[in-house]
Amino acid sequence: MDFLSPEEWTAVALSLRVSFWATLVALPLAIWVAYLLARRDFWGKQVLNGIVHLPLILPPVVTGYLLLLTFGRRAPVGEWLYETLGLIFAFRWTGAALAAGIMGFPLMVRAIRLALEAVDPKLEQAAGTLGASRPWVFVTITLPLILPGIIAGSILGFAKAMGEFGATITFVSNIPGQTQTLPSAIYAFLQVPGGEASALRLVAVSVTIAMTALILSEVLARRAAKRVAGA
Amino acid sequence: MTLSVSVKHTFEGFTLDADFKAPAGVTALFGSSGSGKSTLVNAMAGLLRPDHGRVEVGDRLLCDTDQGLCLPPHKRRVGYVFQEARLFPHLTVQQNLRYGRWFAGIRGSDTEERRLVDMLGIGGLLTRRPGALSGGEKQRVAIGRALLSHPLILLMDEPLAALDEARKAEILPYLERLRDETAIPILYVSHSVAEVARLATTVVLLDKGKVLKTGPTEEVMSDPALAPAIGLREAGSVLSAKIVKHHDDGLTELASAGGRLFLPRIGGNPGDRVRVRIHANDVVLSLDPPGRISALNLLPGTVTSIRAGSGPGAMVQMQAGDDQILARVTKRSIAALGLEPGTGCYAIIKSVSVSRADIGAGDQSIAKSDTTT
Repeated sequence: MDFLSPEEWTAVALSLRVSFWATLVALPLAIWVAYLLARRDFWGKQVLNGIVHLPLILPPVVTGYLLLLTFGRRAPVGEWLYETLGLIFAFRWTGAALAAGIMGFPLMVRAIRLALEAVDPKLEQAAGTLGASRPWVFVTITLPLILPGIIAGSILGFAKAMGEFGATITFVSNIPGQTQTLPSAIYAFLQVPGGEASALRLVAVSVTIAMTALILSEVLARRAAKRVAGA
Repeated sequence: MTLSVSVKHTFEGFTLDADFKAPAGVTALFGSSGSGKSTLVNAMAGLLRPDHGRVEVGDRLLCDTDQGLCLPPHKRRVGYVFQEARLFPHLTVQQNLRYGRWFAGIRGSDTEERRLVDMLGIGGLLTRRPGALSGGEKQRVAIGRALLSHPLILLMDEPLAALDEARKAEILPYLERLRDETAIPILYVSHSVAEVARLATTVVLLDKGKVLKTGPTEEVMSDPALAPAIGLREAGSVLSAKIVKHHDDGLTELASAGGRLFLPRIGGNPGDRVRVRIHANDVVLSLDPPGRISALNLLPGTVTSIRAGSGPGAMVQMQAGDDQILARVTKRSIAALGLEPGTGCYAIIKSVSVSRADIGAGDQSIAKSDTTT
């Protein structure tokens, strides 16, 4: 592709990869947490709620630094993950995905939780009397009914991941080909003389991806909502 | 298959302490709002865990808190038809119907599904989604869905309460067919005397969380002592009768245990059994056979019991043949006629006072009208 230089192209591809994995891994977790918050009463619910929403309120730089303190190579969790699973987050694209996922997590949980709260528990009861155990009720009734919320949450999470800058640059720095995502690349190009053209091209790509994601989510969510409405 | 239920449960200042056994057929759990009907049914379905309780269907124990046993809903094989149909909006009618069947692990019962779909008249709806159905259609699909899960018992919690009169009239015949064509015991929760009178073989009368009486419908409905709990305006006896002949002037002649009845034309063929509900308010009592009178129905009998309330009225139960007839008259009339148990008298019933909604198809379990014709 001639429109983008190899260097710019790398940043775009990396951003897509980071956001894809961030969303994919965060999604099941977000559904689970949303279910706990919407349907269960347990000790420490408010604490969990607070922790989930923290990245939304904290300055991203703080989140990034906290990630560094937790998941850095010599940090307790980071060291353990490396020794047991061979997973390295610090200064790797995986770290960028982790940061992006955590920043997008509260948005996903919120969207899915709202959808869950709109599901009539009476339908789930009815499914139970028809012989479906709890996990089956969740898979056959709850999950399809909250699909619009899941789609909305995923798109929001993905968009947030694409745009995440502060936490990423603090946690995994700005290494071309490794951790230099779209926003980091734009920032880097703006720091060097003559980099404006590159920055502008990446801005155009950003806008295109964002618009596509929005339209796609709108179409999918509408289709799913129609199904759920039962018309 | 018998049903045996015993539940004690206290919540928010209300205590339910109910205990009853019901034979096969349709058992109506009857009582006013707040009498604990829904709590009882939810305890049977496993949607509510009672403080103390034992629920047994046939020889299958669903719950016994003394043994620490309380099966979750999905293991009970209890079909539940809710007041609001609760169809799954994201599935088609057909998928809704097959939902329970799939969990019951039954394959290849397509013939049964077709038979039920025909019986409920929902063949034309299979590809639609619940959002496109009327209230009556939804409820019929819900009934089919519950039955196809192969339950041991069918619980119906006021399945008609959310529907208007026309929809009720549309569904009642299906419920009568269900009673007559399937072997499954049905527990029918209702606060409508009309529905209970038409459908139930056994009535469990629930009042303020306690069972007042369990017995055959005719017996419970014609018991003057229970009239206050049933509702004085609604009280009335239920007679089973057989269609003798449709007359040319639009009347149908029926044979009941107490004598001939002439009612405005009802559906069905000569020989068919029907059950007729006679409102106590519509019955006039007379000591002598009246001479020239417009009322067509005259049933001779004997007063069996009288129950006077605190107001000016009283309930008189009269035996006419094998049937009991309930009449609501004033205390003044009782004194004037000198009515007491043992007095012979006539029950006079205007043909036009019996409406279509008071007449339903009779079930096989009531065979006593056979002996009189």
